[in-house]
Amino acid sequence: MDTFILLTVTGLALGALYFLIASGLSLIYGLMGVLNFAHGAFLTVGSYAAWWSSVKLQGTIGSIGLRFAVSVVIGLAVGAGVAALVELVLIRPLYLRHIEQVLVTVGLSFALVALVQAYWGPDLHTIDVPSWLNGTTGLGGAHVPNYNFVEILVAAGVLAGLLAFLRFTRYGLIIRAGVENRAMVTALGIDVKKAFTLVFAIGGVAAALAGVLAGIHFSEIDPTQGTSLLIFAFIVVVIGGLGSIVGSAVAAVVVGLVQQYVNYKSTGIGDLSVVLLLAITLLIRPGGLFGKWSPTH
Amino acid sequence: MTSALLDVQDLHVYLGQSHVLQGVSFSVPEGGVTAVLGRNGVGKTTTMRALMGLVQPRGRATLGDADLTKLPTHEIVRLGVGYVPEDREVFSQLTVEENLRLAVRNGSARYDLVYELFPELRERGGQRAGTLSGGQQQMVAIARALLNENRLLLVDEPTKGLAPLLVAEVAEVLGKASETETILLVEQNLGVVARLARDAIVLDQGRVVYSGPAKDLLADQQRVRTLLGVA
Repeated sequence: MDTFILLTVTGLALGALYFLIASGLSLIYGLMGVLNFAHGAFLTVGSYAAWWSSVKLQGTIGSIGLRFAVSVVIGLAVGAGVAALVELVLIRPLYLRHIEQVLVTVGLSFALVALVQAYWGPDLHTIDVPSWLNGTTGLGGAHVPNYNFVEILVAAGVLAGLLAFLRFTRYGLIIRAGVENRAMVTALGIDVKKAFTLVFAIGGVAAALAGVLAGIHFSEIDPTQGTSLLIFAFIVVVIGGLGSIVGSAVAAVVVGLVQQYVNYKSTGIGDLSVVLLLAITLLIRPGGLFGKWSPTH
Repeated sequence: MTSALLDVQDLHVYLGQSHVLQGVSFSVPEGGVTAVLGRNGVGKTTTMRALMGLVQPRGRATLGDADLTKLPTHEIVRLGVGYVPEDREVFSQLTVEENLRLAVRNGSARYDLVYELFPELRERGGQRAGTLSGGQQQMVAIARALLNENRLLLVDEPTKGLAPLLVAEVAEVLGKASETETILLVEQNLGVVARLARDAIVLDQGRVVYSGPAKDLLADQQRVRTLLGVA
């Protein structure tokens, strides 16, 4: 039983990381039709910004808790800034030119990773965190690392925040309408491109948050971490349904749990099982769990 | 003699390999309804979409000092151009109230006017627009445009697919709206045209083949048959 609990909580925590990346991907695709292959780079940039600022602040802020909090804020700000800049400078000029957008984001994902590697080297780094984060909590006989609970709570908070933003704000309304019919939103006098930048920035924040939490979860950050996690985030987005935040959340939980359970039974098969899950979902529901599918798409 | 509110000169639109509008020129006088008529596929909807900046045109379309062909869609709307698209295009996942709220361009939204014209929309405010009937969706589409004061209202086939009773209701609403706003109306129903339109423009194969008083056109049965293909 304790093993099952440990696997479940770890699976949920992994799913939480996938959701944080997938939520931005899904919103960006839903609103703009952009498959953003550079999204993993936002994660890498965010985690490195948090780690770097934490190192630089060592002499200035004595309290490790405060230093961690400040470095996380810096990481998120850098993630948002880089994502907004990418939208403004690279994506916007290629509006509605989807092939070129894909090529640019693929190129950017390689370039940003190479840039990080060139500046900070390929070595692994560790983000300093308060000691309680690496401690464990007893749950049904299992000793569960605390960072798992933090990841789950953060992802749940981001999900609730995103849903509230989409439901109760003017920009949320514009984004929901834009996901359905972008041209008609502009025909109501709304400059939908401002929403594009905002969605990229939100995606950048969530990805950077995933970067920091992944650095804690895997005890290290490295330049290619974003790219590795992005593959699973894409699977989550497709299973959940492109453009659906709730779909991404449900799919992230399913993917995280399946990966953990299968890996426990047979090490290394977890990744394969996720791909199999994707294939089965697409066969049964081509639009994903919460998405729409039309035979012409 | 009324002055021209909108002046369209030599408008061309290419959609893929098709040269859909081939030098369309016409004027829309200030006030009242100007109908855009023609058989299916002659470029009526493309003309409306070109004026809205939803397809890229070549040529000129001046509204006051502004050339609409040079502006993005949202700026055209902010000049005071309202749009009721063909096939309604309501946001099906949003509620009726959200559809209306999204359309508000400034603080002085005319909710009172809209709910007076369409009292049903107030009752159905919390209902998802995608679950409404075709007629109710048309009400939402027209209400979205009428929420704001417009200098020019582009309305594309508002009675398409509606039951006769609803056609009369929509015509009545547009008639009321035309008392305060200039309307450019694409319409296939000649009864509605006869009731509402002061002027008419007829398109054929991407060109204007008639421009003048609507009643003169409708009185000439031979011309109506030739240009519009109806008796």
